[in-house]
Amino acid sequence: MNSLLIITPIVLPLLVAALQLLMGEKSRRAVTVLSIASCVTLVAIAAALLMSVSGEGALSAVYRIGDWPARFGIVLVADRLSALMVLLSSVLALAVLPAALARWQHRGGHVQPLLQFLLTGLHGAFLTGDLFNLFVFFEVLLAASYGLALHGSGARRVSAGLHYIAVNLTASMLFLLGVSLIFGVTGTLNMAALAELIPTLPEHTRALLHAGAAILGVAFLIKTAMWPLGFWLPRTYAAASPAVAAMFALMTKVGIYVLLRLGLLFFGDGAGPSSHFGSVWMLWGGVATVLAGTIGMLGARDLAKLAGYNVVVSSGTLLGAISLHVPAVTTGALAYLVISTLAVAALFLLAGVFVPEGEDEADDTLQLEPYEQVGHTSMVEDLYAHEDESRVVVTPPVAMLGLGFLACALLLAGLPPLSGFPAKLAMLAPMPGAAANSGTMVLFAVIISAGLCTVIAMARAGIHVFWADPERTFPRVRAGETLSILILLGLCVLLSVWVGAPLHYLDAAARQLHAPAAYVEQVLPATEIQP
Amino acid sequence: MELVLAAAIGILAASGVWLLLRPRTFQVIIGLTLISYAVNLFIFSIGGLRTGADPVLHGAAGDIAQYTDPLPQALVLTAIVIGFATTALFLVVLLASRGLTGNDHVDGEDGTP
Repeated sequence: MNSLLIITPIVLPLLVAALQLLMGEKSRRAVTVLSIASCVTLVAIAAALLMSVSGEGALSAVYRIGDWPARFGIVLVADRLSALMVLLSSVLALAVLPAALARWQHRGGHVQPLLQFLLTGLHGAFLTGDLFNLFVFFEVLLAASYGLALHGSGARRVSAGLHYIAVNLTASMLFLLGVSLIFGVTGTLNMAALAELIPTLPEHTRALLHAGAAILGVAFLIKTAMWPLGFWLPRTYAAASPAVAAMFALMTKVGIYVLLRLGLLFFGDGAGPSSHFGSVWMLWGGVATVLAGTIGMLGARDLAKLAGYNVVVSSGTLLGAISLHVPAVTTGALAYLVISTLAVAALFLLAGVFVPEGEDEADDTLQLEPYEQVGHTSMVEDLYAHEDESRVVVTPPVAMLGLGFLACALLLAGLPPLSGFPAKLAMLAPMPGAAANSGTMVLFAVIISAGLCTVIAMARAGIHVFWADPERTFPRVRAGETLSILILLGLCVLLSVWVGAPLHYLDAAARQLHAPAAYVEQVLPATEIQP
Repeated sequence: MELVLAAAIGILAASGVWLLLRPRTFQVIIGLTLISYAVNLFIFSIGGLRTGADPVLHGAAGDIAQYTDPLPQALVLTAIVIGFATTALFLVVLLASRGLTGNDHVDGEDGTP
């Protein structure tokens, strides 16, 4: 039963996507029904998987493909973290689907099969227990993401997509180099076997292993958009169609997931001379990323770019938090990961709603300020000039959008009463006590001030969008887009009220990650034949 | 033998990086291809080099020292296939960009004549 739960999140979207491709664009209704059915089933399966690994005593579930022993065959492993990530991506896909169907699927073909392929790659990357399969699933999800990033076409999108593909192809080459170096040193690519081998490696090969791990790490840091490797992100995400950008909000988190998993498995406390390898780099990289993202956020001139820099800030925050290797901080970081993914996805969708409809839609975004100043009156003067003359009519859709924007701002800045606050609190509160050194304190201060800057940037954007221009005609808000935004924000609100059980789960997940011996034991039982 | 292979990988990678940093999309794609050749050769070499040995095994099966490590070959095959597919995809995007912007600069606008 458990094994079925592990393999289905990978196989189901793959089959559905293949079927949708065969059915083609003509039977759009059937394709849509298939997509919805697939996403709903995936959420149910992911929830069942999460329940099955969260019981007392149940550590994780292992599926050996072809029933080969783990050292020779390929294993899929679901522990609490994997199950959480699979659930997050399924829920995000289900939530984003209505928006993708509402407005954007008519701008180009095959968006639904590509979404399903993306899910295959994501779930595979979350569940695999083997480095080379991680590479394969990364390529699957990247290939789907290339298609999705280009969805809708237009010069801006193609140019941004070109950069995105070039950067990611280079990152894939680094990935392969890292994997092959690690294989050359240890002779295995199974994560559990590697975790077992690394503490006992002979000294003269350890440097080579570290080099391999560092190259591998750089590949993931490019995906995570660590400064200075992340300049591709805001442009690509802003250029992608909103529903796609909302789905991409999870893509940087895949990099974080892998860094968290491999960092603690290979270089945790028990790794002997290799323990905490690279964590200093990740800490300072995280700090630099948060700073760069904050500056970008304050300078962003359209709403989609603002959301893109929000992704960068949350990546940096997470990088810094997971580099500390403290279980309590990891718990908070996981909570922050979930909340920031959902909130950023909602923000991308909101930014998409404001894009005016028209012929040049593909190249149009909502600009907060014109890039080239035309007149001499600034927006602020406009605000006061019009204040007394016109009454602003607030229609229900605009009020809904305004409330949604407010919720996004609160969630991303980590302010009460919404769930961004407990998540950030859970991450920051244990930081000073657990690892009191200068780096941690700098990270702490930078994360706090990034929250303040998020408030400033979001307030500025909100003023421009909702208040500054009474002449602004808000586009028609479609039911699908509204539904997507409501689901995403509703989940965040639900998580503000219902905090106990999820946090308990995350706490157990963090403790499980920090005790990799149990993972190794589960994947490689002692009864197995030794090579 | 080691020196020749190392030099080949190094030269391929260096030329690839140089081309990758050039402003024309065609140079970028050739650069990516050269880098992927270098990486594929590198993966191939991690199984260890032997000159004058039998390709698979010599004499009766059973002596495991006679086998070459088959895993790097499997890895390199997968890497070649994936690299080929993504490069083909990149080529399509390159052509689309050429068609939409009218030039082959990576930023879509040609600063230099």
